[in-house]
Amino acid sequence: MSTSTQQSSTGSAAPIAAPQPGGHRKLPSWAPWAAFAVAAVVAAVFSLATSWNIVLFVIYTVVLGTLGTYVASRVVEGPRKATDRLVTCLVVSAFGIALVPLISLVYEVVRRGAQRFDAEYFTASLVGVIGEGGGAYHALMGTLIITLLTTLISVPIGLMTAIYLVEYGSGRLKRSITFLVDVMTGIPSIVAGLFAYALFVLIFGPGIRLGIMGAVALSVLMIPVVVRSCEEVLKLVPNELREAAYALGVPKWRTILKVVIPTAIAGLGTGITLAIARVVGETAPLLITVGITNATNFNPFDGRMATLPVYAFYQLTQPGVPPENAIARAWTAALLLIILVMALNVVARLISRFFAPKTGR
Amino acid sequence: MKLSTTTRATAVSAALAASLALAACGASNEDTGSDSGSGGDSAEQLSGTLVGAGASSQEAAMQGWRAGYSEVQSGVTVNYDPIGSGGGREQFLAGGTDFAGSDAALDEEELAAAEERCGASGIFELPNYISPIAVVYNLEGVDELNLSPEVVAGIFNQQITTWDAPEIAADNPDAELPSTAITPVNRSDESGTTENFTEYLVAAAGDAWPHEASGDWPVAGGEAAQGTSGVIQAVGAGDGTIGYADLSQAGDLGVASIGVGEEFVAPSAEAAAAVVENSETLEGRGEYDFAIELARDTTESGNYPIVLVSYHVGCIEYDDQEKADLVKDFMTYVISEDGQDAAAEAAGSAPISDALREQAQTAVDAITAGS
Amino acid sequence: MTTTSAPPATPRPKRRPGDRIFAGSAKGAGILILVILAGVAIFLISESVPALTAPAEDVPGGEGLFSYIGPLVFGTLMAATIGLLVATPLAVAIALFITYYAPRRMAAGLGYLIDLLAAVPSIVYGFWGITWFAPRLVPFYRWLEENLGFIPLFAGPASATGRTMLTIGLVLAVMILPIISAISREVFTQVPSLHREAALALGATRWEMIKMAVLPYGKSGIIGGAMLGLGRALGETMAVAIILSGSAAGITWTLISSANPQTIAANIALQFPESTGLAVNTLIASGLALFVITLLVNMLARWVVNRRADFSGAN
Repeated sequence: MSTSTQQSSTGSAAPIAAPQPGGHRKLPSWAPWAAFAVAAVVAAVFSLATSWNIVLFVIYTVVLGTLGTYVASRVVEGPRKATDRLVTCLVVSAFGIALVPLISLVYEVVRRGAQRFDAEYFTASLVGVIGEGGGAYHALMGTLIITLLTTLISVPIGLMTAIYLVEYGSGRLKRSITFLVDVMTGIPSIVAGLFAYALFVLIFGPGIRLGIMGAVALSVLMIPVVVRSCEEVLKLVPNELREAAYALGVPKWRTILKVVIPTAIAGLGTGITLAIARVVGETAPLLITVGITNATNFNPFDGRMATLPVYAFYQLTQPGVPPENAIARAWTAALLLIILVMALNVVARLISRFFAPKTGR
Repeated sequence: MKLSTTTRATAVSAALAASLALAACGASNEDTGSDSGSGGDSAEQLSGTLVGAGASSQEAAMQGWRAGYSEVQSGVTVNYDPIGSGGGREQFLAGGTDFAGSDAALDEEELAAAEERCGASGIFELPNYISPIAVVYNLEGVDELNLSPEVVAGIFNQQITTWDAPEIAADNPDAELPSTAITPVNRSDESGTTENFTEYLVAAAGDAWPHEASGDWPVAGGEAAQGTSGVIQAVGAGDGTIGYADLSQAGDLGVASIGVGEEFVAPSAEAAAAVVENSETLEGRGEYDFAIELARDTTESGNYPIVLVSYHVGCIEYDDQEKADLVKDFMTYVISEDGQDAAAEAAGSAPISDALREQAQTAVDAITAGS
Repeated sequence: MTTTSAPPATPRPKRRPGDRIFAGSAKGAGILILVILAGVAIFLISESVPALTAPAEDVPGGEGLFSYIGPLVFGTLMAATIGLLVATPLAVAIALFITYYAPRRMAAGLGYLIDLLAAVPSIVYGFWGITWFAPRLVPFYRWLEENLGFIPLFAGPASATGRTMLTIGLVLAVMILPIISAISREVFTQVPSLHREAALALGATRWEMIKMAVLPYGKSGIIGGAMLGLGRALGETMAVAIILSGSAAGITWTLISSANPQTIAANIALQFPESTGLAVNTLIASGLALFVITLLVNMLARWVVNRRADFSGAN
């Protein structure tokens, strides 16, 4: 937590520079920058000589700059410092590499999704829509209804399980539940979908597609996330609070309801919101349990429903004639999904900021 | 520690209320008042719900039909569940739906089951959706391409691997073919398009196509893409690619003319409808069963043999008068010129010819309610 | 410091009905989770049985269940392995960057940026992969084929569209990066500062400190995180379904051609909506295989992670 090593990536680790037998010479702090600047010029010349390619230019710059820094450091500062600088370059590049997909993805989705980000998109369904126009109202509603149902199923089960694990559980049962909840977080979403399908097929016969099936499938994915996050939060509630309540003669269950949960409410809210964010973009289980439809269906117990992710998938893979319109709708759905997930993340952060207990000591 | 249950509870319930309030109103383009019975001006007004299920190939056309039909009969709701041909036939035969959409005619076993479902008067099978399948390609500098059936088979069987192969050159004496490698693109999902395309190859290409007809693409090693649009996307993305897809989706891609007899025929709605009209109706089935044996190996001029035909399957005799009226009325609309135009606009299909319409009308007229 | 331990044996003067009901329902919820997990296994098995017992020629593909699922399992493992091999070093480097290299004030923000990658729904990765990423890899694949084509993995013909096994591996790597990186970060911040300061005091450079103090301490955490990432990569569905050119190619080793085995999850997503009868049972059987594989990987991962937790409880 509190070492002096965390300085800017290019700054030298001056306070810890130990006397070295080889000498005390150090590269000036501008040296790495200079190395990369030279590398950029060389790479630019090289790229222009062949054919201009931004990707190759960046790769050349990074590779040459890293090499230059390493060589310069090795000559001046010796092999140990040189290795250190090499690793610094590699670690920074790794972070840079991770940003490439993030930035390109967000840019691409926003650019293509903005085309149809209009009022009609939010008020119209696809009934009778051929070619242009139409919207995702029905899919948006489907996603809201199914997510709501999923939350209604998952939160009580998940929260109660977390309470059991923290407040009551002991011994073998607790250990096995903890372990299986962890394992359950790893269930592939498509398997959860197959489970819901297999379950409902036994009741209703083959070919069944219902909104509630999707909610059941998503619950399998959501419950373990709720359990894990609620468990972590409940564990943080200080025991002194519980003991104080017991000392006043409050029954255990009322202690939990009136003391433990209110204390942890911010964390619980954050955890549950994040769990919703985790399932709201799930496609595969809904694809095989809820299917797709063009019309708005508010009843999750009767027939297919449209949901945003599945809508996006089918608009992209089975566009009508001409395909451009449907593909534009698909991208807007993708944009909407990202916005939904991001919004839930922001809400989660706000909950934890505004409802957080003011922790004293 | 600060306790703040109420704040949070309020926030949650507000969010719930908001989403429910939203949910209470329908989509702007949906006519929620299906029971209001807003009077049309022509035929008698029906009301009720018609349920179909089946091939996803005709889903886009079905959208067109449903949109068009709702203008004629606003009181009737037609649902169509695109669960695939097999599922559509299965559900229809089990009595779960009123009609089925299917890319293939019923087989012997299913015909026997149909007798149980519909009684002795049997079923109708109408080839109402005809869609030409184009061989699309993306090859720089080549705008027109002729391919004989054997060459198509050779390319998709990966025996012909470059565009300047002598077989292709023989079909295209005037074209300047580059030496680009051929990347054949096929559907990765099971589909009626693949089934019809392979059926064509089996019938027309002879020994050049050693595989059986199947809805799953039988050759390993080609580029595989999901759905028609996936194929179009993949063909468009590479140079030297070739694939098969509904003509209506071909867009800017090159479309090959296919060898029929001595000439090369480009796919078109007319040429596709022509081959269906010239095909023989299957023998030994019910009176109104117009399942056809497509003349894939036709040599007739102006016929385009790679087409996908999707049927509507239903009973001639329904238990219930209302059902019979609904099916009859909807099918009448589907085979009408208006209906076929609606499908052509929505799905780019080929309208059925007048001869086919007359034939189909006899079946539709025969639909009754049993006693 | 002791607040996180389990509550002590609670004083229980008498059992009130409210207590019994509440305790019972909490326990019930916990047991329900066991039931659900068992239910997943049981229902999948019961729906797989028809495919397991069906004659070989009725199963899609016509050669029996195992030759149907075999290539799918291979494809799944292949894609996930590539993803893991690419993602793990990157994720560890990123975790190091955020914990030890980045300016302190920015570290939290940068961590959040990486976490954003985990928030993107997988279908959006599919959209991005097919339109942006795959086409940009085509020249790279051509180059690989020309220069490294003698290695079987890079044998041609290079795909003209970029929808290859290697592309999928890279997309999966991006998707599991935040998981591995988050767990690594957590472990790295737990490295006792005494260890680190001792290393620095001995004159170690920053890298030497990391090599000697941080990585040995965090090793099992990294392994556990990587295996959790592997679990996610194995089950990833939509991105693979949209991007990969998967066909009935069987088992192929080349990573850059159009002929790739499909993965289990993507195959289910693509075939399920229009399957009926035995085909559905076959798909569920393949889902069962996936379930078993991910279960094993996750159990192993949890075991590794928990073992570390046990050891580090010394303080």
